[in-house]
Amino acid sequence: MAAVEQDTAVRTGAFTRTFIYLVLLLFALFYLLPFFVMLVNSVKPLAEITGGNMLALPDVWTIQPWLSAWSTAQIGVEPTGLRPYFINSLIMVVPAVAISTVLGALNGFVLTKWRFRGDTILFGLILFSCFIPFQIVLIPMARMLGILGLAGSLPGLILVHVVYGLGFTTLYFRNYYASFPTELVRAAMIDGAGFFRIFWRIMLPVSGPIAVVSVIWQFTNIWNDFLFGASFSGSGSTPMTVALNNLVQSSTGVKEYNVHFAGAILAALPTLVVYIVAGRFFVRGLMAGSVKG
Amino acid sequence: MAHSASQVDFRTRLQDWIPKLVLSPSLAVVMVFVYGFIIYTVYLSFTDSKMLPSYDLVGFENYAKLWALPAWWTAIANLAIFASLYILICTTIGLTLAILLDQKIRGEGVLRPIYLYPMALSFIVTGTAWKWFLDPGIGIENTLHLWGWESFHFGWIKDRDMAIYTIVIAAVWQTSGFVMAMFLAGLRGIDNEILKAAQIDGASNWNLYRRIVIPLLRPAFLSAFVILSHLAVKSYDLVIALTGGGPGRATELPATFMYSYTFTRNSMGIGSASAVIMLMTIAAIMTPYLYAELREKS
Repeated sequence: MAAVEQDTAVRTGAFTRTFIYLVLLLFALFYLLPFFVMLVNSVKPLAEITGGNMLALPDVWTIQPWLSAWSTAQIGVEPTGLRPYFINSLIMVVPAVAISTVLGALNGFVLTKWRFRGDTILFGLILFSCFIPFQIVLIPMARMLGILGLAGSLPGLILVHVVYGLGFTTLYFRNYYASFPTELVRAAMIDGAGFFRIFWRIMLPVSGPIAVVSVIWQFTNIWNDFLFGASFSGSGSTPMTVALNNLVQSSTGVKEYNVHFAGAILAALPTLVVYIVAGRFFVRGLMAGSVKG
Repeated sequence: MAHSASQVDFRTRLQDWIPKLVLSPSLAVVMVFVYGFIIYTVYLSFTDSKMLPSYDLVGFENYAKLWALPAWWTAIANLAIFASLYILICTTIGLTLAILLDQKIRGEGVLRPIYLYPMALSFIVTGTAWKWFLDPGIGIENTLHLWGWESFHFGWIKDRDMAIYTIVIAAVWQTSGFVMAMFLAGLRGIDNEILKAAQIDGASNWNLYRRIVIPLLRPAFLSAFVILSHLAVKSYDLVIALTGGGPGRATELPATFMYSYTFTRNSMGIGSASAVIMLMTIAAIMTPYLYAELREKS
């Protein structure tokens, strides 16, 4: 990524440049519009949505839909709002991200600096697990969670997310550590440092950028997951995405679009914040250390 | 001395084993939860499992039933439409935006995150947003009516024949910015000298891109194809949130088909068979790619 600031820089005339800016702005509009619609309509009274223009700013501004989405909206049968589900998702995401990232770092370290016969095949096997359609594991996973006594629980969901996140975290750390000079590790070994000391003292201090990638990736994926949440969660462990879907799809009563929009933004908020705060590092790291040709 | 020598020997041998011990829990987990589970599901696809797993083998019966189901053919046809349009449009938009953004654009730092942020959202959120955006009653159609374009009609989401295209639109919205980022990284990695030389030789901008730049982006094209195709086969949440598989069953994809047959229609055998076919589809795309990647790197 040394050539980051390098543009291909063909020469273009004034007309072409205007056209380029026009296209770029139109696409910006395309990406912003749906979110703008959600935001604007989440602060309108319901009557203004059903009777008015979705692109118009509210005549009457209200935060009532947000309050309702957060603490009183009907989710399934309970009028709890999304708050308990938001908390469920947090309780699920934090340990799942931490565990899978630590394991990924250790795996990446082993697979690059302590190579042994067949390690590439093992890595290939781990890597393939990133790409399987999860439908292939749904039935046995449900049985396994039952056997382990984790069915419908948050620890069960944490286990599921750790298992199916390992491939990606291992991939990230392996590709990152591969470019770290092996001589430094050798030198430390000759000095008598063991596996964990080398990991702790030499590898971890340089792992910042890729740890950021791994954490953001895992956080976004696990927070946004719907399939596992819908399949394996119980009444006390339903994650945010599933609750949002229940809220939006519920067929009873008046459809409170403004509450749905507020709820959708609430569900999007943590990943958006993470993305806004650390997105730059993510894309940079992803391009440097992921599946790329 | 002999004593301490054997002690050192023991320590180095332990050191040899530690890396393998560290790797082994992850490996064991992957072996059981990925490969063991795949074998289990493949086995189930040859049994007469209904609501619960059964271990009585019935040969290829489930596969025969599966391919005789109109709903499965709908799902396959939808996947074909969805995947090809999704990959094609995302790649086109991604490449176009990357090339345009690469022309020393003022405000690139503002535009890039705008293109990229949908990637951070859950497909459930994307589906919710687009569902109402495309709804004829309160969405874009209504807005254009209010602005005076009375004859405008856009009811794809309620139309059996067109609903699958609304899924393409929402999915493209979500991922095309990410594809742009991949191409942009590829473009920034191209050596400027090659381009300058071609320009001195009198190549037009169009030829410059067609003959030199785009061929050099081959790896980015390949990664984009692999990532997009596997996302397409796995697409589940977006359909659930946007159309719920409807109207009727018009937007059923293999992923939603598998879920409904396994968990709500109590045909676990057929559900497993459909999952196996999904896995084989992805394996056919991923295995050659991963093989090439790994061989190159080691």
